[in-house]
Amino acid sequence: MSELTVVGADVPRVEAVEKLTGDALYTGDLLLPGLLHAKVKASPHARARILRIDTSRAEALPGVHAVLTGHELDHKLGLYVVDKDILAKDVVRHFGEAVAAVAAESVETASAAVELIEVEYEVLSPVLDPMEAIGDDAPLVHPDLGSYAYVEAAFSPQPGTNVAHVQRVRKGDLDRGFAEAEWVVEREYTNPSVQHVPLETHVAVVQWKAGDQVTIWTSAQSPFTVRNLFCTAMRLPLNQVRVVVPHVGGGFGGKAGIHLEPLVACLSRKAGGRPVRLQATREEEFSLLPCRSALTYRIKTGVRADGTITAQQMTMYWDAGAYADYAVNVTRASAYSASGPYEIPNAWVDAYTIYTNKPYGTAYRGFGHVEFFWGLERHMELVAHAIGMDPLEFRRRNLLKPGSRTMTGELITEHTGDPRACLDAVAAAIGYGGLTDEEREHERRTGRRVGKGVATLHKAPAMPSFTATAAVVKMSSDATVVVNVALMEIGQGCNTALAQIVAERLRFPIDRVKVAIERDTDKDPYDWQTVASKGLILSGNACLLACDDLLRQAYDVAAQVLRANVADLDHDADRVFVAHRPQESVTFAELSIGYAFPNGNGIGGPLIGVGRYIAQGLTNLDKETGQGLPALDWTYGAHGVVVDVDPDTGEFDVLAISSAYDVGRVVNPGLVRGQAIGGMVQGLGTALCEGYIYDQQGRLLNPSFTDNKIPTARDLPARLDIAVVETAQLDGPYGARGVGEHPMISVAPAIGNAIQQATGAELLHMPMRFEDVWRALRSHEPIDNWITETPAGSCRSDLPGGAGQPSPRK
Amino acid sequence: MQISVTVNGQVCQRDVEDHWTLLRLLRDGLGLTGSKEGCGAGECGACTVELNGRTVNSCLVLAVEADGGSVRTVEGEAEQGRLSRIQEAFARHHAVQCGFCTGGMVMSVRDLLQRNPQPTVREIQEGIEGNFCRCTGYAQIIEAVLDVSGQLDDSSVGDLRHV
Repeated sequence: MSELTVVGADVPRVEAVEKLTGDALYTGDLLLPGLLHAKVKASPHARARILRIDTSRAEALPGVHAVLTGHELDHKLGLYVVDKDILAKDVVRHFGEAVAAVAAESVETASAAVELIEVEYEVLSPVLDPMEAIGDDAPLVHPDLGSYAYVEAAFSPQPGTNVAHVQRVRKGDLDRGFAEAEWVVEREYTNPSVQHVPLETHVAVVQWKAGDQVTIWTSAQSPFTVRNLFCTAMRLPLNQVRVVVPHVGGGFGGKAGIHLEPLVACLSRKAGGRPVRLQATREEEFSLLPCRSALTYRIKTGVRADGTITAQQMTMYWDAGAYADYAVNVTRASAYSASGPYEIPNAWVDAYTIYTNKPYGTAYRGFGHVEFFWGLERHMELVAHAIGMDPLEFRRRNLLKPGSRTMTGELITEHTGDPRACLDAVAAAIGYGGLTDEEREHERRTGRRVGKGVATLHKAPAMPSFTATAAVVKMSSDATVVVNVALMEIGQGCNTALAQIVAERLRFPIDRVKVAIERDTDKDPYDWQTVASKGLILSGNACLLACDDLLRQAYDVAAQVLRANVADLDHDADRVFVAHRPQESVTFAELSIGYAFPNGNGIGGPLIGVGRYIAQGLTNLDKETGQGLPALDWTYGAHGVVVDVDPDTGEFDVLAISSAYDVGRVVNPGLVRGQAIGGMVQGLGTALCEGYIYDQQGRLLNPSFTDNKIPTARDLPARLDIAVVETAQLDGPYGARGVGEHPMISVAPAIGNAIQQATGAELLHMPMRFEDVWRALRSHEPIDNWITETPAGSCRSDLPGGAGQPSPRK
Repeated sequence: MQISVTVNGQVCQRDVEDHWTLLRLLRDGLGLTGSKEGCGAGECGACTVELNGRTVNSCLVLAVEADGGSVRTVEGEAEQGRLSRIQEAFARHHAVQCGFCTGGMVMSVRDLLQRNPQPTVREIQEGIEGNFCRCTGYAQIIEAVLDVSGQLDDSSVGDLRHV
């Protein structure tokens, strides 16, 4: 490969200027003539029967144009399991669920009208605990589960239960693996639901015009998914619905599916086709809109005294909340990735998506991996302690390497990526295994204990095996190009990265490449969704193919102009020329919209390159064994953390986070840092302070920034170190692979491991609050309690350094 | 009631409802949508503007309180289409991702640098702690502020270690 000039360069974000001046328009900034404003009536109960809704007083309020209740709407929605009404019908299934909605001439009128809607409920006892929800006598959140449509190739709802999906993975012989083990360690790890907190709450503006022509402006990550699901629910042809997305103020997965759009559309229809806007309040963002599913993860590991894992049984209980949404696919993706970047010869995964009466789970950056890596990497730490082995050494011994097979049977090669290089990089960066003089001095000065921990991570895009996308590159008469893709720029920087890839391939300076900002399903080529860290590979490859297509068209015309063979042509930034007679050339500007000979004859036409790309070689997973090829690529990584902990109070600070990801190829170092730091800090929030808290009736107690803190600038650790490994992805654009989600994964367990190393506190639940550490310091459970089998009846306290204490810090 | 407010140097007279916030006046009354509402409760800082020389959460100030006053928003930061030094530093350091917090963030940084032209990292963190950013993780914003205040030896991109 020749030397790259644009790919790899620190190009400033291409749309930074309009965002910095306030010119960038987001959906909530749009104004349309006749715009109405919508508000929803939310359920104050987690589970209740709707006995009566009286909307007459709301309808009579001057300025009100439409009032809707669930019974008027015969449209079911669902990404994978079609289980959700646009407005609750007969029953409400979670606190904050919409039971009615109003469109009026002002926000104030809409709010007043919502207050006038009377709803009579029969409050029912909610199903809140997922473990109780899968019990035999639990009330059913969806008694009609058996009648719902669902994606049969991938999912397995269990009618008559609260189980929306079961994913199984089977590799090797679990019993034999455990029989070969000298130690069996079993433990359970938990984490609550978490809110994405994009700074821009969900917003949609919809106009349902006469003749069922619908235009949707929305803060969506995936415009084509909104269009397709909307048309399925409304039974409309796809070409009658146009989805337009301007700038999006952050998504993180929360805007990946379909959300407010159908409700707003139905309000517009009822209001005679006037456009209607609904913007969620921050409180609604927590309970009307979805969150991240909570997880209980039970892991049982068989290991030999030399640290080799012989068997692992993994059981995931995903608390999906009231609707399946993405949670079933989170369950699927987490199940096939559940063992992390480790080789497990005999593995067994059972992962359940469980309905409960809580706000429902959806995609969130990491797609399950933030949650299960909390358990997995805490567990690896505890297993290492149980056998008296250094946790880093234990991890190294079991890492995937070329020749390994994943749990679904995929062969790992030297091109897949290098988890060992990532792990070693972070361990070196934090000085794992000892304290510096400075750190010792810090301990003496503060009375705190300094601890260091590491954790690995991996993730592949969770997507259909045949996920496809396309790109169009159009040349203008001055030889600048405009690129159209439907991959959304939601802050991750795809417009900049794709512009760099196009500039590199065309050999143009980047300022001659523009990636259009607004996405429009009527104008842009199809893309599946903006999720899963798949954009760089799929859309990047589509852009490369579109560039090649455009160049081929340019060469064909140039060959006629120059009376040369196409094979003898070459080009630079400005012209196509004959390779062996470079003075014979024609400019891209002359070729761009059709070439005109001196006598006026024209040939060619506008240069428009089209690139289509589809994931190749992937397969469905066998429903019984989970065997198959689900992964477009694996991005490996690791985090290392240094903490100091007050051994008396449990207070601690994260002093340093070090990270390393095998990104294949850095397309833009500033963007990689942005994803890395942004992800790590979001990971800090999830590790330390964020999470849904309910009362016993299932009412959400902390739907605000007052009670659900997210990290501020003051929460940054003093040291952040970001390293990259570049093991080229063979089918990635210039070798690149995605790294959008990965920096958020495994921050929490690295912190938990560091706290344990400093103090011995064994944390099994995140977020880790100071009081959790304080409690863990005081209720130290003998390690023997969670070793279920040992050689010849020995116990952990028999080991050198024993007495159930964590291995002493070196 | 009718109020008169000088916004980015321009005198504006508008009829506003008593309950309108300054943010509502700016966005709905004057079409200045660079200030965003992220929470409506003074927690997130996306609506930060300068009122009579001090930054405020414009979602917590009534429009009538600004009567006779002077307001500066992010739209007043660039001059004749030329980015300010703060804006240039933000662009150079990738201190912008989704952009929704950016307007308020720029206003807080401007206020900080007016009060303290060479803030320490700690002072920068305190200066922008009222502005939530969910995308960047803040570090590149802090680098931009260090750069624009002349405190970065090397104003190129922050370190990305290749191993």
